[in-house]
Amino acid sequence: MGFFLEVVLGGLMAGVLYSLVALGFVLIFKASGVFNFAQGAMVLFAALAMARLAEWLPELLGFESLLLANLLAFVLAALIMVVVAQGIERLVLRPLVNQEGVTLLMATLGVTYFLDGFGQTIWGSDVYKIDLGLSKDPLLVLGDLFEGGILLNRDDIAAALIAVALVVVLAIFFQKSATGRALLAVADDHQASQSIGIPLNRIWVIVWAVAGFTALVAGMVWGSKLGVQFSLAILALKALPVVIVGGFTSVPGAIIGGLLIGLGEKLAEVYLGPIIGGGLENWFAYGLALAVLLVRPQGLFGERIIDRV
Amino acid sequence: MLYRENGQFKTRYGDDQQIFPILQDRWLVMALIAFAFIGVPMLASEYMFRAILIPFVILSLAALGLNLLVGYCGQISLGSGAFMAVGAYIAYNAYTRVPGMPVVGAFLIGGGAALLVGIVFGIPSLRIRGLYLAVATLAAQFFCDWVFARVAWFTNYSASGSVSVPTLTVAGVSLDTPQSKYLFCLTIVTVMALAAKNIVRGHVGRSWMAIRDMDVAATVIGIRPVTAKLSAFAVSSFVIGVAGAMWAFVHLGSWEPLAFDVNRSLNLLFMIIIGGMGSIMGSFFGAAFIVVLPILLNQVPAWLGVPISTAMASHLEFMIFGALIVFFLIVEPHGLARLWSIGKEKLRLWPFPH
Repeated sequence: MGFFLEVVLGGLMAGVLYSLVALGFVLIFKASGVFNFAQGAMVLFAALAMARLAEWLPELLGFESLLLANLLAFVLAALIMVVVAQGIERLVLRPLVNQEGVTLLMATLGVTYFLDGFGQTIWGSDVYKIDLGLSKDPLLVLGDLFEGGILLNRDDIAAALIAVALVVVLAIFFQKSATGRALLAVADDHQASQSIGIPLNRIWVIVWAVAGFTALVAGMVWGSKLGVQFSLAILALKALPVVIVGGFTSVPGAIIGGLLIGLGEKLAEVYLGPIIGGGLENWFAYGLALAVLLVRPQGLFGERIIDRV
Repeated sequence: MLYRENGQFKTRYGDDQQIFPILQDRWLVMALIAFAFIGVPMLASEYMFRAILIPFVILSLAALGLNLLVGYCGQISLGSGAFMAVGAYIAYNAYTRVPGMPVVGAFLIGGGAALLVGIVFGIPSLRIRGLYLAVATLAAQFFCDWVFARVAWFTNYSASGSVSVPTLTVAGVSLDTPQSKYLFCLTIVTVMALAAKNIVRGHVGRSWMAIRDMDVAATVIGIRPVTAKLSAFAVSSFVIGVAGAMWAFVHLGSWEPLAFDVNRSLNLLFMIIIGGMGSIMGSFFGAAFIVVLPILLNQVPAWLGVPISTAMASHLEFMIFGALIVFFLIVEPHGLARLWSIGKEKLRLWPFPH
């Protein structure tokens, strides 16, 4: 029982990471109908920026504090991500406005390659780490309930907390601020929102900036857990099935989809893996997404916008 | 002046239906093919064959296969690497397990297996399209990666997971020199490119294009989407599968599943975006471009006296590919092939402005 719970919790924690990336996908898709394949590359870029800045800033400015370095690096990286996201919006997607979804997908594929190369050119291509100053000792909970209790990693808990905080911040931003409401309006109906005077161009810029910020948060959490390296961009491909399962247009869907996939993946690996061979994790998410596509193409929480053929 | 159709009267239907209706075009293509078969083997160095010509010829075929699906039928696929892998591994099994199996026979069996897998993963395309299909084909990619890495039967229980084939013999000729390998690949590619050109000119290809341009209208005029889409998946996967078998048998010699990972799929997609979607010629342009660019990037800075590290060159390669994809999608969605046909149009009028 203790082992089962540990697997479940481990899966959910991995799921939180997927959700963080998936959130970025959903935000952009909702507001502009672009399927942003480059979200993974943005995560890598942001994580690289954060890791390197946290390394360089203390040397440059001559201070020691880890917290200050991380804080400064985070703010700077956020600014950089906003600039990058706006650059993508301006240079790539604006000229392609009103094109078919497939063309936009291929354009973001191009952006993915560009960002991967660009990020490694300016930030370097070794393995870096983001040190958030969290202790690595596992935490023992429920020790009196089961024999052996359940071991939890502190950084997993921190990741979950950060994810929750991000979702809360985004929820408040969307529900309470004028800009956030304008974003919701655009997501709902482009023409109607334009007719009441919401400038579409500005909204798209803001959405991309928010997605860049989400990428930074995801990159920070992933980077602190797994180290910042090129494989982050590949891992982020897992966020695609997450949004398929959860639904392209639903923020709660992204979160629940991420948790479902993280959980299913771990359970399949642990309990099915020994029977049909290990490494199930690599395609389980895609298999699940394929099944969802065949049965319920709009995903668990999405609107039925898909056109049936 | 030189390149125009004046005076070339078409008196039979056959004349009107030729692949190249203009005489000069026919001569040019014949000369090109003759040069590829006769001139190139005499001129090229061994390095040229190994690093450029053989990869170019084989990847052109793979890009051609993908182009049939993406460019002609409008179904996006990010899983072409998987179909190449299916072709390679099934051909390998056919070749090693069946005594006396000819190489071409093994290639055809590999292509046939890829065809079946392509149809299976094409089934989702009947209900979904666009982005959703991209994810479905990615599923094919990751699933095949896993199968060939984990299921030992496919690798003939080799301990390291990588497999290799001995020197091939085709019709009594041993393929041990780069020239012979090149000529063997070129022959297959020429035959299949001709077949593909004729398929897309005929009613099958036209039904694909109708589905691509507007599927509802196509259905109304009596094209069955099921047949059209699945036939596109089938033909495309067959071609990609044969290309995969050639890539493994002729170019690599020994390989592991990593040779056909998701990067290979994306690479093929880039070839057809840059070369030109919906164009047979474009597949060749795109393959040439993508094979030659990395080599140039490694060489040119050294010639210019500013040597860059290999890591830097590979990052630059990523950036240039990415930027070019975006550039072509925005400026010239039909790729290099469109530039080629614009050039031909201009040449027809030259030296007059109209």
